[in-house]
Amino acid sequence: MNLLSYNAQWVLLSTLLLGMAAGSVGVLAYWKRQSLMSDTLSHAALPGVVIGFMIMGSKQLPVMLLAAAVSAYFGAWLVQSIRNSSRVKEDAAMGIVLSVFFGLGIMLLTFANRMPGGGQSGLDHFIFGQAAAMVRSDVTWMAIVAAVVLVVILLLFKEWKVSLFDASFAQGLGLSVRAMNSLYTALLVLVIVIGIQAVGVILIAALMIIPAVSARYWTDSFAKMLILSALFGGGAGLIGTLISTLGKGLPTGPFIVVSASAMFFISLLFGASKGLLVVRYYRKRAKGSGQKAIMAGGVTEGGRG
Amino acid sequence: MSYSAWILLTASLVGMSCGLVGVLLILRRMAMMADAISHSVLLGIVVAYLVTLQLSGIHMFIGAIIAGLVTALLVQSFHQLGVQQEASIGIVFTTLFAIGVILISTKAGNAHLDIQHSLMGEITFIPWNTVELPFVGSVPMAVVSLSIVLLIVLLVLLLFYKEWKLTSFDPVFAASIGIPVTLMHYIFMSLVSITSVAAFDAVGAIMVVAMLITPASAAYLWTDKLPTMLVLSCSFGVAAAWIGYYVAVWLDTSISGAMAFATGIIFLISFIAAPRYGIIAKHRRSRASAALTEHA
Amino acid sequence: MERVSNMNEAIVVNRLSAAYRKTEVLSQVSFTVKPGTLTSIVGPNGAGKSTLIKSMLELHPRTAGEVSFLGQPYQKAKKKIGYVPQRGSVDWDFPTDALDVVLMGLYGKIGWLKLPRKSDREQAMEALRSMGMEQYANRQISQLSGGQQQRVFLARALVQDAELYFLDEPLAGVDAATERIIMDTLQQLKNRGRTVMVVHHDLQTVEDYYDHVLLLNRTVVAHGPTDEVFTAEQLHRTYGGALRWMREKV
Repeated sequence: MNLLSYNAQWVLLSTLLLGMAAGSVGVLAYWKRQSLMSDTLSHAALPGVVIGFMIMGSKQLPVMLLAAAVSAYFGAWLVQSIRNSSRVKEDAAMGIVLSVFFGLGIMLLTFANRMPGGGQSGLDHFIFGQAAAMVRSDVTWMAIVAAVVLVVILLLFKEWKVSLFDASFAQGLGLSVRAMNSLYTALLVLVIVIGIQAVGVILIAALMIIPAVSARYWTDSFAKMLILSALFGGGAGLIGTLISTLGKGLPTGPFIVVSASAMFFISLLFGASKGLLVVRYYRKRAKGSGQKAIMAGGVTEGGRG
Repeated sequence: MSYSAWILLTASLVGMSCGLVGVLLILRRMAMMADAISHSVLLGIVVAYLVTLQLSGIHMFIGAIIAGLVTALLVQSFHQLGVQQEASIGIVFTTLFAIGVILISTKAGNAHLDIQHSLMGEITFIPWNTVELPFVGSVPMAVVSLSIVLLIVLLVLLLFYKEWKLTSFDPVFAASIGIPVTLMHYIFMSLVSITSVAAFDAVGAIMVVAMLITPASAAYLWTDKLPTMLVLSCSFGVAAAWIGYYVAVWLDTSISGAMAFATGIIFLISFIAAPRYGIIAKHRRSRASAALTEHA
Repeated sequence: MERVSNMNEAIVVNRLSAAYRKTEVLSQVSFTVKPGTLTSIVGPNGAGKSTLIKSMLELHPRTAGEVSFLGQPYQKAKKKIGYVPQRGSVDWDFPTDALDVVLMGLYGKIGWLKLPRKSDREQAMEALRSMGMEQYANRQISQLSGGQQQRVFLARALVQDAELYFLDEPLAGVDAATERIIMDTLQQLKNRGRTVMVVHHDLQTVEDYYDHVLLLNRTVVAHGPTDEVFTAEQLHRTYGGALRWMREKV
C-alpha cells in the first residue's frame, strides 16, 4: 500500500504532532475564552505566507513561516488596539482583522501566482491544506515546531494552570502574567503557521477549538483535559490525513475537522463528566431518591444578572 | 451598461445590504455569527445543488436560509448545553464548512461550484450570467438577486425599525414588554443568511464578512445616531466596493480581495481620524477634560 | 384611586422554583403582595433576588410554580407591568440618546409597524423632566453618569404607566441626588396606588425607604411589614453569620 510509503509515514507523524500541539494550545485558549482568536490569527497569517514566498521567490518554508508569524502577531496586536482604544467591541475587531487580512492575502496571492514558478508552487493549498503536497523538509519543520510547542506547554504546566485559573494570584506568586500572555500568543501563532500547510488557514482554528471542548466533557481536571485534548487533536490529525490520502486531490483540512467534530459529538453524548447521557442519568437518580434541594449557604453562579 | 458598470453595480448592492445588516450585527455583538453563517451558507448551497442538480437562485436561497438557521440553532443549543458561546460558534461553522468543502471536492466537483469560487467569489464572471427581464432587458442574474435581497432587508429593517432598535439595545426589557425577542433573533439570522448567500456568489465568503462587519464598525466611530450610522455604513460599503474595484483593475489583482482590503482602509481612517470616536479626537478630548474639573 | 381588580392581592407567587444551569437558585418561593405597597427584596449575594424578578416576569424559565398579577397570569397582565433591569445589562455605547431610551418604554403601546408620534415624544420628555433630566434629553447615553443613566431607566418605566413595577437594584452605584429622586418617585407611585417591588442592597436604608420587606435566600425567609420583619433575628436567618452590621444594630 502506498499509504505506508516513507513519505506518507512522515506526513502522518507530522499531522499527529500538529494535532497534539493544537489540542494542547486549544485548552489554553478555551480557558482564556478566546476560541475565535485562533480563527482570526490564522486568517491574519495568510498575507505573511504569501509575502514570505514573494521575498524568496520560491517555497522556502522557514521564511514563509516567519513572515506568517509576523503577520499573525500584527493581527493580534491590531485586535487588541482596536478593542482597547475605540468603542468597537472585541468580536467586531476580530471580524475586521480576519476578513481584511484575508482579503489582502488573496490580493497578494494573485501577484504570487503570476510570478515565475508561482502557479505551480501550491500556494493555493495554504487555504484548505494539502498534506499530500508536503515535502520532506516541510514535514521536518512541522514536527520540530509542534514538538517544541508541546514541550513548552508541559514544562510550564503549573504556571499555565495558576495563571489561567487566577491571574492575580499568579501575579502574587511572582509570575509575570504579561510574559505568560505573550508566550501564549506565541504558541498560538506557532501552531497556526505550521498548521496552515496541512489544514489550511480557514480550518486550522477548528483543530484548536474542537478537541479542547470535547475533552471538557470527560474530565474536570486541567491536567487530564490537556492530555485528552492532545489525544483528540492528534487523533483527528491522523484520521483526517489518512482519509484525505485515499483519494486524489482531497483537501486534508476538512477531513481533519470532520474527524474532530465526530469526536466532539461522541464526547457530547457519552462524556464521562458532562456528557448528556451521564447528566441525564444522574438527574434521574437524584429525582428518584426524592431529594429536594436544601437551602444552603451560597450559590456558585446565577443569582444576580 | 458596460462590463465594469455591472460589476460596480453588483458590488455596490452587496455594500448596501451588508452595510445595513452589519450595523445590527455589531450592535448585537454578533459579528462572529456573521463569520459563522457566511461560511456555513456554503453547505446550504452545495446541498441544494446536490438535491436539485441546478444552481438556480431560489434553491440556493432556500438552502442558504436553512443552513443559516441551522447554524444559529446549533450555536444556541450547544451554548445552552454549557459550551462557551465562542467555542460553540467555532465548532459549528468549521464543521459545516468542512462538510461543504468535502461535498464539493467529492461529489460536485465538476459543476460550476468550486472551492476557490466559494471563498473569493467570481465577480468577474457576473456580467455574463444574465437573465431577460421585461422592460429592462438583459440583466446579470446577481444584480437581480442582490436587488431583491436589498429590498427585503430594507423592508424588514424599516417596518420593524423600533423593534430592532429595542431588541438590540435592551433585549431583557424588550421581552418584558412583550416583543418576541427570540423570533426576532431568528428573523435576523435569516436576513444575515440571505444577504450572505446573495453576496457569496458575487464576492465569496470572506468578502461577505468584510462587508458585513467593517463598514458598520467604521460608521460606529462617526456617530451616536442609529439612522446616521445606517446611512454611513451603507455609504462606506459602496465606497469600499468602488475603491476596491479600481485598485484591483489598476494592480490587476483579485477584485473581491481588494474590496475587502478597501473596507479595512476605510476602517483604519475612521479609527484614527473619525471626529467623534477616532483616536485623535479621543486623545484631544481626554486632554481637554483633564484640564477641566470633573463633572457629575 | 380606586383599584379595578376584584382581587385583594396585587401579586401572588405560589411555590415558584427556578434553576440556573443545573443549580437550583430558587426553591418553593411563595408570597403575596398587597396593592399600593413598596416592598424591598433583600438577601445575600447569590440569594436569587434578580432571578426571582426575572422568573416572575417569565424572563427566566421557572422549573415549578405559578405567579399571578392582579389576578391574571403574566401573559395577560404584561401591559400592566413595568420592569427596570440592572443598569449593567445593556451596552451604553449604543447609538441612541436619553429621550430615545425613554421612548422605548412606549413601544409596547405604540404597537407594530408604527412610529412614535409627537405626543409620545412629549410624554417621554415629561418623564425625563420629572427625573430632573430634561437638559440631557439629546445626550448620548454613555455620556451620562451612572446616576443619570439610572434616572433614564426609571423614566422609561414611568412612561409605561404600569400598575406594578419591578426594579432590579436601581440604587446600585448612583449618587445621593439620584437616590433621593428615585426613592421620591417610587414613594409617589405607591401613594398613587401602584405596587412596587425593588431589589435592594443597602441594609442601612431599608427601614427608611420601604413599608414591606421580603427576606430572600433561595427561598422566602420572612416577608411582611418592615417593622415586623426587618429584625436582627430574621436578618441573621437570612444572611447567616456573615453580617457584621447586624451585630452593631443589636
